[in-house]
Amino acid sequence: MARHRGRGMASINYPIGMNLGGDPSQALVHSNPSGKFTVSLSSIDLGQGMKSVTRQICAETLGVPVEDVYVDTADSDTGPHCMGSFASRGTHRVGNAVMAAAREARGVMMEAAAEELEVNAADLDTDGRGNIHVKGAPHRSISTKDVAVAAQFKQGKTISGRGIFLVPLSAVDPETGEMSPATCYAHACLVAEVEVDDETGEVAMVRMDSAYELGRALNPRLVEQQLVGGAWMGISHALFETTEPYYPDPGHGPRDFVDYLMPGPGDICPHDIAVLERPAADGPFGAKGPGEMCANPVLPAVANAIFNAVGVRIDELPITPEKVLRAIRAQGGARPQARR
Amino acid sequence: MAKTALQFRHNSRDVAVFVDGGANLLTTLRELVGDMTPKFGCGQGGCGACTVLIDGDAHLACLTLAETVAGRAVETLDGLKDGPNLHPLQRAFMEHFAAQCGYCTPGMLMAAKALLDRNPSPTRDEVVNAIAGNICRCTGYEPIIDAVLAAASGGMRGLHGPEHVPSPHMSPRTF
Repeated sequence: MARHRGRGMASINYPIGMNLGGDPSQALVHSNPSGKFTVSLSSIDLGQGMKSVTRQICAETLGVPVEDVYVDTADSDTGPHCMGSFASRGTHRVGNAVMAAAREARGVMMEAAAEELEVNAADLDTDGRGNIHVKGAPHRSISTKDVAVAAQFKQGKTISGRGIFLVPLSAVDPETGEMSPATCYAHACLVAEVEVDDETGEVAMVRMDSAYELGRALNPRLVEQQLVGGAWMGISHALFETTEPYYPDPGHGPRDFVDYLMPGPGDICPHDIAVLERPAADGPFGAKGPGEMCANPVLPAVANAIFNAVGVRIDELPITPEKVLRAIRAQGGARPQARR
Repeated sequence: MAKTALQFRHNSRDVAVFVDGGANLLTTLRELVGDMTPKFGCGQGGCGACTVLIDGDAHLACLTLAETVAGRAVETLDGLKDGPNLHPLQRAFMEHFAAQCGYCTPGMLMAAKALLDRNPSPTRDEVVNAIAGNICRCTGYEPIIDAVLAAASGGMRGLHGPEHVPSPHMSPRTF
């Protein structure tokens, strides 16, 4: 009886958002008389950082400090429509909608500033610190707050913008049935190293090394947070959790957190991540989405690593000690494959 | 059912409430004391979201009979910060992005505080052991472990404004 090390890898192409066209999200941006801006969304931040990223996108597009933007995710009764937070679509779809809304609001803001400074709006620029000035003449400037006050109380204008992002519908080729399933893809490759105990069937994670190409990382710390946490969930799907352990027999299903297995803090492993940034042509500032894809490559990589370690090919998830042990016994013992 | 008078220390003040027989500490804190920082996750000791300190030791409030804390000191996340100053653990959690949805965070912080109060320089394994009863669905635990270790080694440093913490994982490349 022994513990066997094995290494496996997997690569994925991950389409951003829902396929085949449509998948809209809307955003509204307006200024308050204080010169601060509010982004209204129905999109939900589950902790993945949608509010932070849309705030950055709005501030960058408007040309104002990020502190001057507030993102209100309101609720789906009162906010502009959103398909939802799933399919890694938040940054790409909602971000694009926010960008469009902020662009329109910026146009109104510049017109209002032009009226106050008595110049052509095309000659104005923002400094990103809350001021609008004449290009080449920074001393001729006005604060966004003063512009907002003038627009609200003097000019009778709302500094606001509307934005929607809708993927054009992909037509079906009548001959081949071919469609264009997505406008952009993220990519990843992950190598997992495991240790399999051929006496108990237990699989322990040893380490993971991964590379993710996800367009421009608009907020690198949030991207890292998604990738680290998502890989944990990949381990969980690969080795631990299921609602129906003997599917299609519904028996022995977990009913609570005590029965529902997930890796604890002692079951994780070192994970080195490289982020590659290839901006997407249709992404907000080149961003794609690091959502679901951060869990996906872990599952096949772990299954491959188990095969490499003991020579058994398990094709049902999760890969429990019971399945590993039965497979090892069925083939008459562990058969470690060539070290990769 | 007759109610019982119950007095205990809640963070920095004494509280007195009337509890039903069999009431647990979690319900008592949330509904009678008004402290919503201990979270209800599973109600059966499986997730750690309700972790509080009783006389300095970490306990699951959902499995603790309220009457057993009579005359004892109960610490919750609500009492962790000092006025406007966040506790070094809270600051370390922020710096290390150790929260996403945030539901496990109160329990994680209290479990970590119980550890650091009795062991100011824990090893990584000791940190893992201290939070082993707390479930987190978002972070993958790594940022939480890093945050607790940073709070331990940084001591009070965390109270003096945000600092840049180099990422331990990422090696960003552009091509």
